[in-house]
Amino acid sequence: MTLITGAALADGTSTDLRVADGTVVGLGRLTREPGERVLDADGLLLLTGLVDLHTHLRQPGGEGAETVLTGSRAAAAGGYTAVHAMPNTVPAADTAGVVEQVAALGEEAGYVDVRPVGAVSKGREGRELAELVSMARSRARVRLFSDDGSCVADPLLMRRALEYARIVDGVIAQHAEEPRLTAGAQLHEGAVAADLGLKGWPAVAEEAIIARDALLAESTGARLHVCHVSTAGSVDVRRWAKARGVRITAEVTPHHLWLTDEAARGYDPRFKVNPPLRTDDDVQALRAALADGTIDAVATDHAPHPAEAKRSEWSAAAMGMVGLETAVLVVQAAVVDTGLMGWPEVELAMSRRPAAIGGLTGAAQAVQVGRPADLVLLDPSHRRVLDTTHLAGRSTNSPFLGRSLPGRVVATLFRGVPTVLDGAVRAPEELTAGW
Amino acid sequence: MSDHLLTTRGFTRDAAVRLLDLAEDMADTQQRQVKKLPTLRGTTVVNLFFEDSTRTRISFEVAAKRLSADVITFSAKGSSVSKGESLQDTAQTLQAMGADGIVMRHPSSGAAHVLATSGWTRAGVVNAGDGTHEHPTQALLDAFTIRRRRDGDDSRGRDLAGLRVVIVGDVLHSRVARSNLWLLTALGASVRLVGPPTLLPAHVEGWPVTTGIDLDEAIADGPDVVMMLRVQRERMTEAFFPSAREYARLYGLSVARADALPSTSLVMHPGPMNRGLEIAGAVADSPRSTVLEQVQNGVAVRMAVLYDVLAGERA
Amino acid sequence: MRTLLQADDVRRAITRMAHELLEHDPDVDRLVLLGIPTRGAVLARRLGEQMTRIAGRPVPVGVLDVTLYRDDLAGQPTRATRRTDVPVDLDGAVVVLVDDVLYSGRTVRAALDAVTAIGRPAVVRLAVLVDRGHRQLPVRPDSVGRNLPSAKTERVRVLLAEVDGEDAVTIEDGDAA
Repeated sequence: MTLITGAALADGTSTDLRVADGTVVGLGRLTREPGERVLDADGLLLLTGLVDLHTHLRQPGGEGAETVLTGSRAAAAGGYTAVHAMPNTVPAADTAGVVEQVAALGEEAGYVDVRPVGAVSKGREGRELAELVSMARSRARVRLFSDDGSCVADPLLMRRALEYARIVDGVIAQHAEEPRLTAGAQLHEGAVAADLGLKGWPAVAEEAIIARDALLAESTGARLHVCHVSTAGSVDVRRWAKARGVRITAEVTPHHLWLTDEAARGYDPRFKVNPPLRTDDDVQALRAALADGTIDAVATDHAPHPAEAKRSEWSAAAMGMVGLETAVLVVQAAVVDTGLMGWPEVELAMSRRPAAIGGLTGAAQAVQVGRPADLVLLDPSHRRVLDTTHLAGRSTNSPFLGRSLPGRVVATLFRGVPTVLDGAVRAPEELTAGW
Repeated sequence: MSDHLLTTRGFTRDAAVRLLDLAEDMADTQQRQVKKLPTLRGTTVVNLFFEDSTRTRISFEVAAKRLSADVITFSAKGSSVSKGESLQDTAQTLQAMGADGIVMRHPSSGAAHVLATSGWTRAGVVNAGDGTHEHPTQALLDAFTIRRRRDGDDSRGRDLAGLRVVIVGDVLHSRVARSNLWLLTALGASVRLVGPPTLLPAHVEGWPVTTGIDLDEAIADGPDVVMMLRVQRERMTEAFFPSAREYARLYGLSVARADALPSTSLVMHPGPMNRGLEIAGAVADSPRSTVLEQVQNGVAVRMAVLYDVLAGERA
Repeated sequence: MRTLLQADDVRRAITRMAHELLEHDPDVDRLVLLGIPTRGAVLARRLGEQMTRIAGRPVPVGVLDVTLYRDDLAGQPTRATRRTDVPVDLDGAVVVLVDDVLYSGRTVRAALDAVTAIGRPAVVRLAVLVDRGHRQLPVRPDSVGRNLPSAKTERVRVLLAEVDGEDAVTIEDGDAA
């Protein structure tokens, strides 16, 4: 048994908490029992473990950038207890066999609940539907389907996917990017791209797909999730669709809540990402939308790349940023420290709502007696300049290196077992030993 | 003294005038019986061309040789680079071989910036055109050509205050337009960009220019300089404009349009020209055209740039 | 800092040099003075005026910038160039190079390269206001305003009214500079 003392819950109330056999067994003012371990959480914030809807673990096929194990460690370092692994691997996760393999690797790693996302189309090629039901009914119990990295651009295929996913109450997670409007695109189509001579990625390429898909979801009665919403216009479309009663949810990444295309002026490929960093108007609109619930969740789009993929001229560099380790810190900087959101809303956006969207029935939905002990302890008063020693995955392509970030993940508990203690990710053999 | 020449953005008036004056001094030396100067003896300049551009490459080669630099020309097309060697490996190889200066043409916007700031090489970097970003030596030779036409032997020390320039055509994909608008406005000129809406960048609110879609209107204003940009025929297949015929009719500098210009107005083109598309042959060959002077002046301007970047101590 | 030559000394030195140069080369029609910027060009102009008055015939004066012909450009801040203005054809001419201070001889070497790039003079002579010694190259002036032996650490400066507001020659310790 373990006793966590003096922690503050999201709503500010102070509590002790007892964990036994992976479950929360006591809450309130508790007395230490003989032989019980005590974790002094005085001044720390206790939230349910974070849940990421959008993680690239790169395995199989991209082990040079990340593996299920290294990505799981990065997730734990960021306070996560569950991640949804995107299917753009080699081979793509488009069959029961591949998703079961990824899920098994996640269980073996033991740091977080690794939930595979299945591909919508075979090979993520956007032509033929993948075996959604087989994946859903496999041991991996796939609930989210996405061709992420590519848009399901063909309206017919998108409609069929939405309809067919209803068999398993699945959710189609769309990477909204009209491919003809973004061929060769390098950076948000705006003043910076004009200055830098980089081919623009227009906001309308995202907004048009979200609008189309919202109408398709409405007409099919199916569930649509929009990945990494990045523009003010997308927020408007989402608000409109919600008002019509469409079953639509949306996520935003931490980097789109903080960074703008101005960061690209030095042609540093660390700031190259898809969808691209937008303008300050977009950042402000996304923050407001997250605060008022128009955007449901924060998702990292953690996209590790080997160093050489980012050590080149801009157009040759890979798109993507790592984000698991810094997500909650960036959210604190962007919306908590700016007074837009409180911690209860952050807990909703980073843990409870993504868990609901991903169908994580076995995960902690609240800090409650009888729920799994998937927990994170944060120190919001901490501040430090991020360097690579603060990253726990295999890749270091973080846009936040060298920036001052608030907050620190002090401890993460996954099913009652600490994966992070005193801010350090524990070794695999320490996990099996428990405390 | 500059460590690199990557962009004309941020040039002050005085820095621009100083560089143009240096180019005047270089041009003078090219009138001498012995044109070769010992200035960069012992300096190795690598011309690193990842894109074909015979005229720019030769212009830089002549400029470096006139300054007695050892010149190595490296056409990366068809070499190990096109077989997947990274810019980093190429740069580090050139560093190991002792390159003091790298003149680079690259299809990727920002490549020269990355080369200069990466730490892969200590060489001075001269941007000879990066993607659709900038082509600073072209802008310098354009400004030099305008100033010579305007002020002749009395050019030194002068800027281009009050000059009105219209840049016409595919601004969206033009590194020449970008470098020119920063340099010309730094020198006190006003710049108007004219082209079809499909070929004007969408967001240029921050640029010190005006924009328009009507060439005849711009010509009726009586500009001092009309700078025509090369139009690539591939743009037609990408739906930027429907046909060469319609483009020429709307945005080509025809004889009639040239005749509507004030008699002193100059017509410029960075070359190579599509005669009959963006510019009528008779206009390109007319006395108001500076096309050949631009090529001639390119050598003196590039000598000035190489001297500026490579002659002194390096940071 | 000590003043070695006052304004009157400078004026007298220039007058004496003008006479000396005309004694060497009385054929004014072939003569051209080329001053090396900045102060050499000013001196050349003054010498030219004096020689024109003495000879009663115009002595052409030009400016010869030697920057691009120097062999000591590396490792120093980049030198600005000046406009070169050679008013006559140098082929067969008697060229008098004019500079303010003769020291290592490297500027003169560069000037010889610059002159021969422009033409093929019959004779090239050298006139300097101050020769302070410490030659690194076999260069000998034909006309000198004043020999001023100095230590290498010292700094000899020629001041001219057109540039500096007054005429003088000063010397100071290198450290004090």
